[in-house]
Amino acid sequence: MKYTLEIIAVVTILVFAGIFLVQNAELQKNLKPGEEAWGGADNNAAKVIESTGYTPWMQPFWEPPSSEIATLFFCLQAALGSLVIGYFFGYYRGKADGAKVK
Amino acid sequence: MHIMEGFLPLYWCVFWFAVSLPFIAYGIYLLNRLVREQRDTLPLLAVSGAFIFVLSSLKMPSVTGSCSHPTGTGLSAIMFGPFLTSVLGMIVLLYQALFLAHGGLSTLGANVFSMAIAGPIAGYWIYRAGKAVRLNTFVAVFLAAAFADLITYVVTSLQLALAFPAATGGISASFAAFAVIFAITQIPLAIIEGVIIALTFKYIIQSRPDILIRLNVLTPEQVKKIQESFA
Repeated sequence: MKYTLEIIAVVTILVFAGIFLVQNAELQKNLKPGEEAWGGADNNAAKVIESTGYTPWMQPFWEPPSSEIATLFFCLQAALGSLVIGYFFGYYRGKADGAKVK
Repeated sequence: MHIMEGFLPLYWCVFWFAVSLPFIAYGIYLLNRLVREQRDTLPLLAVSGAFIFVLSSLKMPSVTGSCSHPTGTGLSAIMFGPFLTSVLGMIVLLYQALFLAHGGLSTLGANVFSMAIAGPIAGYWIYRAGKAVRLNTFVAVFLAAAFADLITYVVTSLQLALAFPAATGGISASFAAFAVIFAITQIPLAIIEGVIIALTFKYIIQSRPDILIRLNVLTPEQVKKIQESFA
């Protein structure tokens, strides 16, 4: 089958999105005011550690000043990666097509 | 899986740096050799590194009601092995520690060990084992990538459990607590990551099967069979 893997990938992502929507609806109903669902697992672990009375001995020397700025750097990270992936797949594709023409 | 800045006692930071250092050093040596002797593989190395960049920037919601991100290290582990992957992974972790306060410099050694060493080692050997028992190549890639992701989070849980054993129940109790936060959250993301990397692997086979054969990732017969099945 030519497109089996593509179909599997799309179905997996749809199932994932479906589970998220159902679960999100459930979570939002039980949320207390001021509470936010879907926090980061990294932060949850940090909270558990802090609850033992541990205080971190070193602070990050620079933190994104707002979540908007953090988004900027995450997007930059993804964009740089995508650029490289797209460039080389396109390069190989073009090279293969060029070889056929000759 | 990022252990945040200052969230490991100093001696554990030093310990994980010491464990990670040989892998990184040998990885840099291999990287130099690759640049000198096999320049035509560099685009694929760049693509695998870029994959770690993209996938580790995507925070995805999971069944536990919290968000986490895939690691993307499986692709490079399969093609280039765990040592080169450790260098690529470290670059990403350094970027996130410096610009995003995500992870940290003091915990870099521990984070490099879980994401860029332990995960890729698992992925590499799962792929090799799959190849040895003639498992379908894409199933092998899926398993390798998914477990490279999942093992990373199991190791993070273990690192935190070792540093912070619970008052009652000790290391195992605290491992269970961290594993719920990290590893369980990661299961759906690992599945998605496995599927996406398997799909990408198909495109790489279609673009440069010659390099995969030379890197000993696939045999010429496997390539021929796969290309026929997608014709």
